[in-house]
Amino acid sequence: MTTTQNTTTATTPAQATPSPRRPLTLPTTAARPTAVAGGALTVVSAFLAWTWTAAFPGDLTVYGYPGGLQWLVLVSGALLTLFSLSSYGIKGLTWLTPQGADAAMRLAAYAGLATAWFTMIAISVQLGGFANLEPGAYVALVATLIGWLGTRSLPYERPETTPADPEDSAFGRFKHTLGNHWSVYKGAFATSPARPAKKLPSYAEILIVVVVLALGLVVFTYGITTEYDELFIGFLITAGFGFGAIGKAGLIQRVSTLTARHRNVTLAGAFAAAAAFPFTQSDDQYATIGVNILIFATVALGLNIVVGLAGLLDLGYVAFLGVGAYAAALVSGSPTSPFGIHLPFWQAILVGAVASMIFGVLIGAPTLRLRGDYLAIVTLGFGEIFRIGVLNLDGTSGPDVTNGSNGISSIPNLNLFGFDFGATHSIAGFTIGRFANYFFLMLLVTLIVVVVFRRSAESRIGRAWVAIREDETAAEAMGINGFRTKLIAFALGATLAGLAGAVQAHVTYTVTPEQYQFAHAVPPNSAFLLAAVVLGGMGTISGPLVGGALLFLIPAKLQFMSDYQLFAFGLALVLLMRFRPEGLIANRRQQLEFHEKEEAPATLTKAGA
Amino acid sequence: MTTDTTTAEPTPVSTPGETVLDARGVTMRFGGLTAVRSVDLTVNSGEIVGLIGPNGAGKTTFFNCLTGLYIPTEGEVRYKGTVLPAKSFKITATGIARTFQNIRLFSNMTVLENVLVGRHTRTKEGLWSALLRGPGFHRAEAESKARAMELLEFVGLENKAEHLSRNLPYGEQRKLEIARALASEPGLLLLDEPTAGMNPQETRAAEELIFAIRDKGIAVLVIEHDMRFIFNLCDRVACLVQGEKLVEGTAAEVQGDERVVAAYLGEPFEGDPGAAEVAEVEAAEAAASDTTAATPATPAAATDGDSTSKETDR
Repeated sequence: MTTTQNTTTATTPAQATPSPRRPLTLPTTAARPTAVAGGALTVVSAFLAWTWTAAFPGDLTVYGYPGGLQWLVLVSGALLTLFSLSSYGIKGLTWLTPQGADAAMRLAAYAGLATAWFTMIAISVQLGGFANLEPGAYVALVATLIGWLGTRSLPYERPETTPADPEDSAFGRFKHTLGNHWSVYKGAFATSPARPAKKLPSYAEILIVVVVLALGLVVFTYGITTEYDELFIGFLITAGFGFGAIGKAGLIQRVSTLTARHRNVTLAGAFAAAAAFPFTQSDDQYATIGVNILIFATVALGLNIVVGLAGLLDLGYVAFLGVGAYAAALVSGSPTSPFGIHLPFWQAILVGAVASMIFGVLIGAPTLRLRGDYLAIVTLGFGEIFRIGVLNLDGTSGPDVTNGSNGISSIPNLNLFGFDFGATHSIAGFTIGRFANYFFLMLLVTLIVVVVFRRSAESRIGRAWVAIREDETAAEAMGINGFRTKLIAFALGATLAGLAGAVQAHVTYTVTPEQYQFAHAVPPNSAFLLAAVVLGGMGTISGPLVGGALLFLIPAKLQFMSDYQLFAFGLALVLLMRFRPEGLIANRRQQLEFHEKEEAPATLTKAGA
Repeated sequence: MTTDTTTAEPTPVSTPGETVLDARGVTMRFGGLTAVRSVDLTVNSGEIVGLIGPNGAGKTTFFNCLTGLYIPTEGEVRYKGTVLPAKSFKITATGIARTFQNIRLFSNMTVLENVLVGRHTRTKEGLWSALLRGPGFHRAEAESKARAMELLEFVGLENKAEHLSRNLPYGEQRKLEIARALASEPGLLLLDEPTAGMNPQETRAAEELIFAIRDKGIAVLVIEHDMRFIFNLCDRVACLVQGEKLVEGTAAEVQGDERVVAAYLGEPFEGDPGAAEVAEVEAAEAAASDTTAATPATPAAATDGDSTSKETDR
């Protein structure tokens, strides 16, 4: 393995020599050492003081201990160092870069550069001028620049470009040159095909999976608990470039092969890691976000059955969450409920799920005879009908069921087996508050939804869903009752949303019609749910969970841009669809579908599913 | 020649001569257009029947009537004595499977998954079974997989079970479509242009495959434009022209029928509505040549001649 790495590094400059050295690059022989030095220096710089006053949040004034944004720069620098050392073929580290280290080094260098410069600009803006930077800050800036310069000088195979047609208009030539530059730039991030991994013993593989899950928990917890805007933006920058680098290195693919091989271990481990989250918190401040993320992501996963597997574009899905929430709220002993009954929770959650299922069948039966765009429009309409209907069942416009816009309030806390969900508990020295209690309950629901998704997807019915998505006529010719199969998908999706809704009603105390709109600045709403599925990756389990987490966290953390939230959301969707149409976590199928030219491994593995 | 030798071979499963498909007076109208007009066709077990006809003759429409994609305006179709239901998925369950003229595989599913989808009607595991995963579920899945692999072996795709079907070469996609259709354990297989776009070697392989399917006791009805292929393959051939069955008989009979030749080559035959027009044009030409004979080789005559020739073209 070491030798292959060395030969590739030796041969690439030979191919790239004809072109003269680009501006702002070092000789290729110096590139790699410079990158290592840059990475190491970046790590060191994170331990220096960057500013003189604690007025900038995160306390960057201490020598010898990184704080706040410095941690992120530290991680970026460490990544760059690791990948650079790996590119030297150091035994053990090459495992990290099965697809070649160069592209990963470039992205890691960008991570450090962007985070460090963002920090310095944030400090200067907030405290008023560059004078507020300590020498340590300049060290960090120079270090990240060195790292960037080193990786920029790495040789790479330039794609062939054609000169612009001189007959073309000036704008046409400009566009052509721009396209050439872009393809050369993209060429720098090309990866080599993945080297096969050495067969590890089973326990080692499981150990790697556990370590990855633990790291995931750390990253996720860090993201949730960021205390101020600058830190969260820095986190997004570092995480974005960092995950890009890890992906380019081929590490994500390698790990997903392992998780695919040990699926039950991964599932159990992932839920153990998620269950560990409340124990990392000392109060309920971030558990609120945690439980809301879980609700949102679980509903998105339910939607993924309808959209991702069966291919039915449902734009009114949040209505099912609403039906579940309302149905459960009405029978849970709320003083504003006209029924005035208080069923135990297991009955309430069943009422919620069954009500959702019935609503799903009622809506599905007439609408599922439509295909494509028509279905989307009709479901959008039904979603709004639910909201407006609930709004009008207030005793003046219609019978008094839902209290109209006031909603059903003061839903009492749950009490299961003597465990009061409203109270703060102390378990083994850890404080578990109200939202953390509900977090555990919701996690259970998420587990149910994940298992339902996985089992139904890998069965006769799941294959029928995918077949209908691919070609409904051919599926019918194969003996699949299209309408019935689609109705099952629709009803199952609705039921799962109803489960989540029943928990949501208890978490939020109150259900109002305004929580269940088509598009709104605050998730969950139909548009965000669909976006979570598409952003995360259609047809996968982890995709909607990750997409949901991101789509909930970003609006919740970046309060200052609430006016532009929908704008930014739309822009992000457009960019994502342009550059990564298969979503963040690609189903193997979709990766093949959208990137056929770049990579054509003909076989489909279970990885990434 | 091949026909003679192959028909002599025994058909193991169903009793030979039993009528599998019986279409009577099938008519399909789309508004004012009659695409298929009262076509009768029977297919007996152990038989390969060909359906030929020029483009737009209504062959595929007739196929769609047989498989429930269209509901015939008039007439009825019986499969082994029972009238076919009006839904295509129910027809597959009764025992008719089909392939499509332009391949319609589930392109983002693997080869094996495609065939497993074909098993849909022969398995029963519903959502509950999938969620609870009892022993019955695992048994049924394993059985389906074994059966699907058998079929893939039968068509020669067993080494590509895990490939995405979209990545298969054209000829193999055709084979996979046949394997998928066979997975529903049909008594009658309808093939819509199974060799379209194939080279001679692939066509020969397809021929072998269809004979092998027939030898399994499955009756085959095949649409094809490749005449050599169809006359080699089929016990009986029916020719459809402008929605009507023109002739039906053995390969030799159909091949020798001058109306079939005329239909393909566009020569006018008896009862053609164009015939009268042609006669008219000829009369006009004769008249024109009479008048121009007096003043030969004038430019006017030349243009006249042009216009008449245009008329005949039309």
